[in-house]
Amino acid sequence: MLDVPAVLGGDRRALARLLTQIENGTAAAEAALAELYPHTGQAHLIGVTGPPGSGKSSLVNQLALCLRRGRAAQGGLPARAPASVAVVAVDPSSPFTGGAILGDRIRMRDLAGDPSVFIRSMASRGSLGGLARATGDVVKALDAAGFDKILIETVGAGQSEVDIARAAHTTLVVEAPGLGDDVQAIKAGLLEIADILVVNKSDLPGAAAAVRALRASLDLAHPAARRWATDSTGHHGPALGSVVARPEPEAGAGPWWVPPIVATVAIESQGLETLLDAIDQHQAHLRATGELARRERERLAHELESRLRDQLLAELRDRLGPLALDAALNQVAAREKDPGSAARELAAQALRL
Amino acid sequence: MSETESKLRVLVAKPGLDGHDRGAKVIARALRDAGMEVIYTGLRQTPEMIAEAALQEDVAVVGLSILSGAHMALVPRVLALLRANGLDDVRLFVGGIIPDEDVPALKAMGVAGVFGPGASTGDIIAAVRASVAGQTS
Ligand SMILES: Nc1nc2c(ncn2[C@@H]2O[C@H](COP(=O)(O)OP(=O)(O)OP(=O)(O)O)[C@@H](O)[C@H]2O)c(=O)[nH]1
Ligand SMILES: [Mg+2]
Repeated sequence: MLDVPAVLGGDRRALARLLTQIENGTAAAEAALAELYPHTGQAHLIGVTGPPGSGKSSLVNQLALCLRRGRAAQGGLPARAPASVAVVAVDPSSPFTGGAILGDRIRMRDLAGDPSVFIRSMASRGSLGGLARATGDVVKALDAAGFDKILIETVGAGQSEVDIARAAHTTLVVEAPGLGDDVQAIKAGLLEIADILVVNKSDLPGAAAAVRALRASLDLAHPAARRWATDSTGHHGPALGSVVARPEPEAGAGPWWVPPIVATVAIESQGLETLLDAIDQHQAHLRATGELARRERERLAHELESRLRDQLLAELRDRLGPLALDAALNQVAAREKDPGSAARELAAQALRL
Repeated sequence: MSETESKLRVLVAKPGLDGHDRGAKVIARALRDAGMEVIYTGLRQTPEMIAEAALQEDVAVVGLSILSGAHMALVPRVLALLRANGLDDVRLFVGGIIPDEDVPALKAMGVAGVFGPGASTGDIIAAVRASVAGQTS
């Protein structure tokens, strides 16, 4: 029923149906993914995360437009070939009903009608890290289908989003002034995962302060940054589209990547070329330093381990049967046994069977 | 990979040029609260955009909110484009201000259900569910 050759051949309907099966975790999808896997590993995976309403979808829309257009070499900047683009946009599922409103497409209407763009909305389906459980496999299918760039927009959670850092090659953290909360407050979890910091809505008051706050926290988080960071503008406002703090290209040949801060106005498509240059530079950095292979390996190690855990758990459940699990649960609920001991005993029992 | 519950995916779209999408949002929220995954695309969708989104999102159901009176022009266009995309099995519902006398014609075209301003969200949810009952994608 799932037509793998059609997916590889660029059939959008076949791709869309496969993505549904992947989301539903069917056996057919599993078989298809096994066939598709050798064709993966080609796309550049770009994560877009940040607090709700910071403009992630609007930026994805603009990034995709620029990527589709490409660019001729100009003013010392290299040419960029037009790329095909897939977008995966994740929104939260209701924990109570399991339903979801997936609204990211509202901001992506400029991409309609382009056969080299494919947008897919996903509900998080109970997963907490900003992505859905199936997002990684959906990305694999899009990768195998031949998209050059895959933009992955997370749920706008603003915290604990290691998942996206692991799933993507290049992670953009999108901030904006005037979201009500102190820019300072988000730093903890998000800053470490940022390969590129974007201050969107730079048309609004407070943008310069946001850039300053981010740069200050960046200096703390990346002590090495101080050696290489340069303020090319020399003044304090966020020069639109300027890379405010980036490593000198020569110094950047070292192992350190200092996240640049890029100011954008997504609704007026300002700063987008600079942002894409930063993304290109990051990709080049990943390749030049071997970091790409290292991240890839780490991601795969993590995936292998979590699949192994799922397999083992399923096998364990199978061997023990519902009665044994239920009996153990009763003992735990009655405080006759602690959960740790119960789990140890069940595992030991299952492995003996 | 373990089999998870499959969700009913619905596209709620607002074609045409008329101004507000309050009704469409009410329906989108009601369907979400009924456990469905609702792709909401906002105002001023062309029939082409609607068919394209239905294809990419692989929805089982499309709901159109039409207040402009242009339903007799928009609906056949959306249906034709859905078919052109191979989406013959997608169920199309129409809500908004639709005169009673147009309903038989819309149904004859292949519309699964028509709901006026007075329809209860409970009726709409039930109709959407019934339209896909027994369907295996
Ligand atoms: N002033 C201004 N508004 C912007 C800019 N970019 C986006 N917006 C507006 O900010 C609002 C939120 O934009 P989205 O792109 O939906 O933000 P998001 O981060 O994807 O939101 P969630 O997915 O809900 O977390 C919309 O009303 C946009 O029009 C910008 O550069 N300047
Ligand atoms: Mg969004």
